[in-house]
Amino acid sequence: MGLGMAWLVLDRLGLTENGVCIINDVSLKVGAGRTAILGPNGAGKSTLLRLMHGLLRPSEGAQHWPAPLTQGMVFQRPVMLRTTALANVEYGLKLRGIKPPERRQRAMAALERVGLPAMAERPARRLSGGEQQRVALARAWALEPQVLFLDEPTASLDPASSREVERIIREIAASGTRIVMTTHNLGQARRIAEEVLFIDCGRVVEQSPVEEFFTRPRHAAAQCFLEEEIP
Amino acid sequence: MGEITTSLMLAGELVASGDARLASIVTLSLQVSLSATLLACLIGMPLGALLAVGRFPGRHTLIVLFNGLMGLPPVVVGLLVYLLLSRAGPLGQFGLLFTPAAMIIAQTILIVPIVAALARQSVEDAWREYREQLRSLGASRLRAAMTLLWDGRFSLTTSGLAGFGRAIAEVGAVMIVGGNIDGVTRVMTTTIALETSKGDLPLALALGLILIAVVLAVNTAAFMLRQWAEQRWG
Repeated sequence: MGLGMAWLVLDRLGLTENGVCIINDVSLKVGAGRTAILGPNGAGKSTLLRLMHGLLRPSEGAQHWPAPLTQGMVFQRPVMLRTTALANVEYGLKLRGIKPPERRQRAMAALERVGLPAMAERPARRLSGGEQQRVALARAWALEPQVLFLDEPTASLDPASSREVERIIREIAASGTRIVMTTHNLGQARRIAEEVLFIDCGRVVEQSPVEEFFTRPRHAAAQCFLEEEIP
Repeated sequence: MGEITTSLMLAGELVASGDARLASIVTLSLQVSLSATLLACLIGMPLGALLAVGRFPGRHTLIVLFNGLMGLPPVVVGLLVYLLLSRAGPLGQFGLLFTPAAMIIAQTILIVPIVAALARQSVEDAWREYREQLRSLGASRLRAAMTLLWDGRFSLTTSGLAGFGRAIAEVGAVMIVGGNIDGVTRVMTTTIALETSKGDLPLALALGLILIAVVLAVNTAAFMLRQWAEQRWG
């Protein structure tokens, strides 16, 4: 199952912490260019994303990357270093050993793509929440990852900032980067994703193309989840 | 009551007249304690950062040890450094005993645990917030430690300051390894101790006032730096 050629394979993946099972026996193939992970609060969406990205080590099973892909991640709350917005974007490039002239140029280009060239020299932590999230997106984008994981990237933003962040995510996807994101905004999942992974109590119970998921959800928990959503 | 008033007035005169002997004592105090603070920051801050982000056997033991050593008694440090530097000691050949260098060494040892323990706490708090982001960007633990030190540079002034406060105010260590030699190793605290026992209260009081003023001035400067940094960088 799944759309396209699989670029990430999860094989009986599980995570148990302090005797509590958080992710339970997840086997699936991710092949879509834009995947949304949906599910109720506490179902394990963020944990699954962190396992995929390698921030957490599974206690059972394994993940396989048929071909190694470069990865990046953007978090719900952007973490900004106490320096300028530009230096924050440059930081990631610096860790990759990219030298100053090219680094600056690439960082500046990334800031332009997220619409913040005017903020380059501003202290990053003094920017608004929405602007900080765009700097975080620029920092990830500047590294030109082949896969970008996003954990509730608009959860703490106002509608205008959310729209802007969605626009940027679509552009990143259009530039050829595969997107895997968690969200509890169903409209957002519909606008961005091609495929939905629905997770309930640590299990991925449904993997469907986005239209199919929203019109004809197969799993009872998914049906329930969609019905409870306030329109 | 009369004696205290007279002493205070004489102390005021000493400070106002820019007494040369007083000035040399204050200068030496600042030289020794600021050097010790600088050295302790260079050693203690990276050490604290590595304790905060590192994962190695014995890490918890080291954390407890450094926390405990924050209360190291100055006279004991003085005694240990004395044994090291004395003619028969392992470092006796350098002839450092009863020199300002010996005093700097003793104070550095005294305050490295303070700087390291406070820096560890501050870096560890930041690590909790930054950890996933830094790992996602591919930073090694060593790199992360350096980033966190730089990022927390303004809040780390507090740990440096705590070290300086301890160094400039202690008597025991500098007394033992410096020897309180007039014009060579006499600093504010050792002079206060000596002059008080000799009954020369004006000089002791004058030095006491200057000591308090120095500590207040340094703390005020650090406070203002942090305020500014908070405004500027958030």
